[in-house]
Amino acid sequence: MMESLAIHLLLLFGLSPLLSGIIAKTKALIAGRQGPPVTQLYLDLWKLFRKDMVISRTTTWIFRAGPVVGFTVPVLAAMLVPFGATAAPLSFPGDPILFIYLLAVARFFTILAALDTGSSFEHMGAAREATFSVLVEPTVFVAFIVLIRVSGAFSLNNMFGAVTTGWLLFSPAGFSLAIIACCLFIVLLVENCRIPFDDPNTHLELTMIHEVMILDHSGSDYGLILYGAAMKLLLSGTLILNLLLPFQGPLILDMLIFCGGIAALAVLVGLVESAMARLRLLRLPQLLIGTTLLSFFALILLLR
Amino acid sequence: MTEIFPGMIAIPVMKLFLGALIVFLGGALLPIAFCLAGKASHLLGTSCAMLGAVAGMIAAIIVLSGGPAERFQLLQTDCVINPSIALDGLAVFFLMPVFLLVFCSALYAFQSLDFEKSRFVTVRHWFLFNLLALSMALVVTAADSFVFLVAWELMSLSSFFLVVFDLDSEQARRAGWIYLSATHLGTAFIFGFFLVEYNLAGTFDFASFTVLGVLSTSGAITIFFCLLIGFGTKAGMFPLHCWLPEAHTAAPSHISALMSGVMIKCALYGFLRFFTFLPVLPPWCGLVVAGIGITGSLYGIAMAIQQTDFKKSLAYSTIENVGIIMFGLGLWLYCGASGQRVGASLALAGALLHVWNHALFKGLLFLGAGSVYHASGTRIISRLGGLLRPMPFTGGLMLTGAAAISALPPLNGFISELLIYLGLFQAGLSSSGGQAFLYMVFAVLLALTGGLVLLAMTRIVGMVFCGEPRSDSGAIAHEAGWPMLAAMLIPALLCLAIGVFPLAAMGFLAQPLMILAPGSPNPAAVMPLPFGPAWSLGVLSAIVAVAGILALRYKVRRKPRNIGTWACGFWKTVPKMAYTAGGYAQLAQEGIYCACLKPVYTMNIIGRRLLFAAPMIFTLDSPDPVLQSWLTPLFRGCGDIAHFFRRLQAGRLNVYIFYMFLTTVLLLGWSFLLN
Repeated sequence: MMESLAIHLLLLFGLSPLLSGIIAKTKALIAGRQGPPVTQLYLDLWKLFRKDMVISRTTTWIFRAGPVVGFTVPVLAAMLVPFGATAAPLSFPGDPILFIYLLAVARFFTILAALDTGSSFEHMGAAREATFSVLVEPTVFVAFIVLIRVSGAFSLNNMFGAVTTGWLLFSPAGFSLAIIACCLFIVLLVENCRIPFDDPNTHLELTMIHEVMILDHSGSDYGLILYGAAMKLLLSGTLILNLLLPFQGPLILDMLIFCGGIAALAVLVGLVESAMARLRLLRLPQLLIGTTLLSFFALILLLR
Repeated sequence: MTEIFPGMIAIPVMKLFLGALIVFLGGALLPIAFCLAGKASHLLGTSCAMLGAVAGMIAAIIVLSGGPAERFQLLQTDCVINPSIALDGLAVFFLMPVFLLVFCSALYAFQSLDFEKSRFVTVRHWFLFNLLALSMALVVTAADSFVFLVAWELMSLSSFFLVVFDLDSEQARRAGWIYLSATHLGTAFIFGFFLVEYNLAGTFDFASFTVLGVLSTSGAITIFFCLLIGFGTKAGMFPLHCWLPEAHTAAPSHISALMSGVMIKCALYGFLRFFTFLPVLPPWCGLVVAGIGITGSLYGIAMAIQQTDFKKSLAYSTIENVGIIMFGLGLWLYCGASGQRVGASLALAGALLHVWNHALFKGLLFLGAGSVYHASGTRIISRLGGLLRPMPFTGGLMLTGAAAISALPPLNGFISELLIYLGLFQAGLSSSGGQAFLYMVFAVLLALTGGLVLLAMTRIVGMVFCGEPRSDSGAIAHEAGWPMLAAMLIPALLCLAIGVFPLAAMGFLAQPLMILAPGSPNPAAVMPLPFGPAWSLGVLSAIVAVAGILALRYKVRRKPRNIGTWACGFWKTVPKMAYTAGGYAQLAQEGIYCACLKPVYTMNIIGRRLLFAAPMIFTLDSPDPVLQSWLTPLFRGCGDIAHFFRRLQAGRLNVYIFYMFLTTVLLLGWSFLLN
């Protein structure tokens, strides 16, 4: 318990900022550039936490609460998810639902913080975030349902534990789980505002969702948001890795596999970002409904 | 004495409850008596309502925490009607929210009613308010159908007069009219149920309702749908909900809180109470209820997202929550009938807990909406904005209510939805094939509802309280007074309490569960949720930690430069530029909904278009599609038929004599044929 808590916190706080660095580096290399160092986000965070803030006079405490909640929630949610072979410190039947609703808490406050600025630009982002999250949630739900069905357990620990004691593709439910992994990868891209759904690096209103909501945050508030987003990326990736990788060896080896897998996933995200252009905004609902249907298909395969 | 009132001396619980009823009656009549004595009648009305609620609540808590069920005969007669009331586990479970919201609404009305300006209106209000409280308490404790129907009718009528509280308003009168028709159509079905029962048993006593067990399956199904329509109408069940958004919008806010929070729950109580007498129904009946429930919740929340009036939006959200409760109940019936005992018990526990939860957060939200209306004079979301600065406490409380209704942990909505989800998962896991798939579809639809609730609630709270005021009405707002705030604080704290100590709340479910599903597994035992002291402590410390960080950072960093929001290159942001409530929902309307739910836009350009754009009037209206395209044509058709047959009523004596003659001839001919 204490050990897994330590590993969780270490990975969460230590490793998560590395991911966006890996993504950026991959993109840069593909584009033939040198790119920023992999540790760029650490440097950014270090800088941001020492900076003063500029706060709009239209805002209230909700604007300040948004980043705090956005930082706290991924930490709490991570306590429910096993990191590879390391079991989650907290676990109970029904914790997948708590996991989803915890992320909804973060969304609730981020949206309200964006609405609090009074700027139409940020309101637009808030509206988009709220709308698309409606469509993302069912996919995650079906994914968890498939896992519940496969493992017969109600907690994330047991769900992933039952699945990963063997090589995914050779289990009877292998095909369903592969589909689920694909769907979760798309959800990862959406939830963490990656191309082709969103682009955290530009401020162009055509496709922006998340970045536009945090435009008025600065200083340590902004730092908290970036840190929280990095942890969320790690979390989403963990869900997929728990499906894809077998963890049977000694703990050290498992952790190495896990970290390597996370890094590989970040590279994959970078590759996708380099290869694709952003989708039109109105395509997004279609794609998200598509993933829901696809995961339903995975479920039907299990029920036959 | 003891012979006339048997048991009255011995049982303080029943005495306390009867005392509460008498106090409510006094609260109804005394303000009229003291009408001319100045503010005394206002004080009397308020204090009677609050006192009665407290007394009744104490009685309810005693029974709910394991006290024996009590029965009391109101009148000893020789005829078939023996009016009596009973306090059992199911009744007191529903009494708790009734008394709680009566207390809060009375406290709220104490300040929000302007006594000096309209003395007689206030007296009328307290008369009706106390009668409503009295009748709701009687509805859930009635032990025979006579008392039940009288109380039911009293509840309908007093709430009708409260809906048309503002007699000058055309909209209120229209809403009242729709409400009155709907509620009586529903009552007709309930009446039918009681007639069948009387036909079988020969008494009105609920204890004799067990004779309904002899009904054939088809008879039981018919009765079941009578109950569903009768009580569903009052409960605001889709598609019989059409009175609800109108009535809740027209009534004063604390009345909306009372109606939405508890009056519709009285209808759910009736459904549950009488359902238990029916013989075992085929599983598809439960499936129908669950289907109606989930459809209604999706419909309700989709409509809530596109209302311009925020009280109407909250009213539609009530339909959504009733849908969730019905869904839980339907799931209970379906799982129970198909042998999924654990799933059934979890779903029922979730539905029952949601009854309490919805009373708490919807009461809170309506009271908060009333404060906003009181302070700003408008209910149009797009004219408000930035109210968190003038009204920090109301805003904070509304935010809590919105988070609770969005089922965000650690508030109460999460616990009840978690139970329903677990029921679904449990049932889905232990069934196979199409049935398992069905449960999963239900789970996904529930998840979809959850996402839409988040959209609806961020829309209301965000648009009303965040940002900058969009019109003068938003700028002149002021904080509500302490009685109003206290009335909102109580349900808000209870929302948090149920969320943080869910096991304690689930303990209260034991009594009603024993009555509704005797012998079914205890949900807390079959699904060992870790919501004991560890959860509570963890959640409390997390809340304190987050609040601590926030407060600390708020204080330490109070020096930041304070300037306006970046306006995308314009020199400053103007409230006009901000998103409106319509804009916020537009993407969802275009991307997710079916076309029939879309609001109606009308745009009129006034004047001529010269060099610059002419002023325009833009209106957004979202009429209820069920009312528009199903119910209105239906009733219009009925009206046309009735109109056609009105020709028979010529108003001339000779024609009527001719009818009599004709009837006599026909009857003679018939008897001739029979013999």
